[in-house]
Amino acid sequence: MEMTVGLRPEAIDLGLEGVAAEEAELLKRNVLFSRLEELKAWARSNSLWPLTFGLACCAIEMMGTSGSHYDADRFGVFFRASPRQADVMIVSGTVTKKMAPILRRLYDQMAEPRWVIAMGSCATAGGPYVRSYSVVKGVDQIVPVDVYIPGCPPTPVALIYGIQKLQAKIRTEARTGRRVKDDERPLRAADSAV
Amino acid sequence: MNARSVPPIRPYDTASLSELVDRLQDAFGAGVVEETTLPPHQPELPVLTVPRERLVDVVRWLKEAPDYGMDFLNDLHAVDRKTHLEVLYVLQSHRTGRMLGLRVKTDRPGGSVPSLVPLYPTADWHEREAYDLFGIRFEGHPNLRRILLPDDWVGHPMLKDYAPYDEGG
Repeated sequence: MEMTVGLRPEAIDLGLEGVAAEEAELLKRNVLFSRLEELKAWARSNSLWPLTFGLACCAIEMMGTSGSHYDADRFGVFFRASPRQADVMIVSGTVTKKMAPILRRLYDQMAEPRWVIAMGSCATAGGPYVRSYSVVKGVDQIVPVDVYIPGCPPTPVALIYGIQKLQAKIRTEARTGRRVKDDERPLRAADSAV
Repeated sequence: MNARSVPPIRPYDTASLSELVDRLQDAFGAGVVEETTLPPHQPELPVLTVPRERLVDVVRWLKEAPDYGMDFLNDLHAVDRKTHLEVLYVLQSHRTGRMLGLRVKTDRPGGSVPSLVPLYPTADWHEREAYDLFGIRFEGHPNLRRILLPDDWVGHPMLKDYAPYDEGG
């Protein structure tokens, strides 16, 4: 449903007939207007429920993030043990080729809208195991990744920063109506050619 | 030290090692020990190279000889030497405090070595791992399937000339 951008309160009938003038002014000041997409993004970005996908040492930092000291619950980040209940998959650790089909299946089992955070060097690009026969060279070969967090492993602060980046991305995409995706971003060479 | 405790590992010296080699040769003939090494930094673990046809007999003898009593297969390694493959068995006795390494050589790729599962059930998973990563076929193994890699994996990745099937060589 597409609603008009910049809708002014005067354009909508608020049903203020019979209300005293000063009370009507108060009511107008307390009615907020937004677009449904932005409202949904506000709600979704503030209740990102991650699927626990701890695969290696990064998982320790992820657990620390949800512990009492860093307290990811502040951001509405509650870890879920089921893909059916999760919004974001935090791939924290080394993804082996044996694990890859399972990771993809869990991603497919998540309800849309869904996002993926690649936490740490291994999930981003294979990390120190990039020459290994058994490790996937970046989880973006299997699932679309929204946020990459560098580090080996990233600290809880870095993970919180990545979660906030994802929140900002969700809201930006809702506000602008554009998808911030690698495959849709114009190449630098194409930019300069124009 | 009570009777149930494990005696400490005893190092070999030249005399005790040559006594072991002599007794093996008495039992199986002169060709049974192809090579003997006694590492100076690890005198408790000499390594004897034996022909793979005699491996099971030698191990059974070591297991049953009362003064050696190798009742425990401590470890099983495989090595790719480019010209051939090697399997190294580390035997240990919990009764006499002796350890012994046995090395057998086989062809590469895909050479075969007799399985030690009938003597040591613990060899089951060790041999499956060596098969998985090196492609060594353990003759007589009851269930020689891959153990670490997925069943549909192509190749044996610990071989020196392994090329990943899924990464364009």
